[in-house]
Amino acid sequence: MAVATQPSYIRRAVLEPEPPPAASAAATARTRARLFDGPFNAALTLVGIVIVVALVWPTVKFLFIDAVWTGSSRVDCLSETVGREVGACWPFIKAKFTQFMYGFYPASEQWRVDVTYLLGAMLLVPLLIPSVPSKGLNAVLFFGVFPVVAFFLLVGGVFGLPHVETRLWGGLLVTLVISFTGIILSLPLGILLALGRRSQFPIVRTVCIIFIEFWRGVPLITVLFFATYMLPFFLPDSWRIDALARVLIGVVLFAGAYMAEVVRGGLQAIPRGQFEGAMALGLGYWRMMGLVILPQALRLVIPGIVNSFIALFKDTTLVLIVAIFDLLGQLRAAFADPTWATPVTLFTGFAFAGMIYFVVSFGMSRYALFMERRLNIERPR
Amino acid sequence: MVESLGESGKKRTPNGSARSAVLDMRTTKNEVAIEIIELNKWFGRFHVLRDIDLKVMRGERIVVCGPSGGGKSTLLRCINRIEDWQRGRVIVDGTELTEDLKTIDEVRGEVGMVFQQFNLFPHLTVLENCTLAPIWVRKMPKMEADEIARHYLRRVRIPEQADKYPAQLSGGQQQRVAIARALCMQPKIMLFDEPTSALDPEMVKEVLDTMVGLALDGMTMVVVSHEMGFARQVANRMVLLDAGQIVEVNEPAAFFSHPQHERTKLFLSQIIR
Repeated sequence: MAVATQPSYIRRAVLEPEPPPAASAAATARTRARLFDGPFNAALTLVGIVIVVALVWPTVKFLFIDAVWTGSSRVDCLSETVGREVGACWPFIKAKFTQFMYGFYPASEQWRVDVTYLLGAMLLVPLLIPSVPSKGLNAVLFFGVFPVVAFFLLVGGVFGLPHVETRLWGGLLVTLVISFTGIILSLPLGILLALGRRSQFPIVRTVCIIFIEFWRGVPLITVLFFATYMLPFFLPDSWRIDALARVLIGVVLFAGAYMAEVVRGGLQAIPRGQFEGAMALGLGYWRMMGLVILPQALRLVIPGIVNSFIALFKDTTLVLIVAIFDLLGQLRAAFADPTWATPVTLFTGFAFAGMIYFVVSFGMSRYALFMERRLNIERPR
Repeated sequence: MVESLGESGKKRTPNGSARSAVLDMRTTKNEVAIEIIELNKWFGRFHVLRDIDLKVMRGERIVVCGPSGGGKSTLLRCINRIEDWQRGRVIVDGTELTEDLKTIDEVRGEVGMVFQQFNLFPHLTVLENCTLAPIWVRKMPKMEADEIARHYLRRVRIPEQADKYPAQLSGGQQQRVAIARALCMQPKIMLFDEPTSALDPEMVKEVLDTMVGLALDGMTMVVVSHEMGFARQVANRMVLLDAGQIVEVNEPAAFFSHPQHERTKLFLSQIIR
């Protein structure tokens, strides 16, 4: 009896919850201190600073400080004329800007491209902002109506709009047309292929596996080459498909195969119980997939989907090799212009293109991150 | 081995309580709700269900128990064909379940199921979980589906959680939502697959109370459970399933006090502490 050294315990007072201690300046100080705590970390920090300075300073110097901002020809961008070291030659971009944006789209018809952009932006922006209502209608307009309107606007030949052949298209227009089409169509194609690959019907499954593995197995360049130069030999003359359309189909099938595997990853992460729960309610296959499984699966693979979108956006530059002049292609064509031949033209052009690609890709990435966070707030785990 | 209400009636002992007699009043309609005939199922080479014969009458409440791996859940999942089988027949509410997907979905609409792991849809709110099937399967207008959903959420006593997401609820609340979700399809039969096994002990009662309420309303229920208190209270018949076979079928009073089969005696001695 006397062994009990620990007395029994009964709580008398209830502890009220307290707020957590405020994040202090100490945390910042700690981080700062860690940068130099010991010779190894100090060395790493110094190397880091050197690298950053070595990279950032020349870039800023080239793009802004040494840059030439006004001028009308190569002479204005030569260091002999300016009398100092010359950075980016921005007048070159200004002079070629129309070409970079529209390619050889006739100047009198370029407003059609602008209207298409404007329409697209007017439909896309409210679609991307979660608080704007009537998402359903908006989505139908953007994914269903807009592509049709854009097609007729850009191609023309109806409603008194002169026909503009796609071989005249170029620059950012082509880049956006290819990536928009690729993004809009590759996701549904990928979803269907992913579902097919998991189908219980052996024929569907086999067809999907062969399709996916084929398109993943060949390089995009091969696909584009085949679509552009080989296909016309196999198809009868009356089947002649527009060169840009052939490339579009190739890109969509190619991107769809990749997308299929991303989506399949998401499908595999959904517990069996979700399928059973949906089945037990009498939801058929398509409703089960559309209402229960895919909304969860796609949410899980947003990073992978956006990864594919960004890759696709940048892969559009490959169409250059089949003589379609996207933004990068148009740029390279402009390099050949002797009026603007300077030592810095090439760097200026690539810096400009790089910025455009970066802004779009980074925008997609940030938006996806924002969406992910939002969806996680809606559904705490 | 053919088990039916008639046969179990024959075995009925005179000491059946008055309460279960009251419950029995509602089961006297001689309509068959579920008929399982010589059901056989294999998982690979493993013979999980062997010659199962079971007839469940409308309004009857069957509790299936037995050691784990005995095939209880599998049997239950055959009733709405979430599992298929290799031999035998299952007839639910007069409709035989075949390969035909349309028939299967129709039957699933009439048979509600509650799972051990709830299987609520985490991306939908509680209310949306409840209205999903009525809207998309029954083609019910959203307003009406909402109204029915709120009615059943009141019945399971969590109307105030309608706009939350499942992850924000406790296990017991989630399971009650799952019951409400199944009820929103206004099923004729309810299947429960170990509905309290995944719950913290303090939440078991709230779920069992909901199920007792359902039983008192005369719902046809097949329950896989080891909650013997619940079984005694509401079951018309107990079924002991072991190694894929029905070992014993009897009304609860006799099942618990005078188990006939050795396997039943052993099982009861192991679970009653």
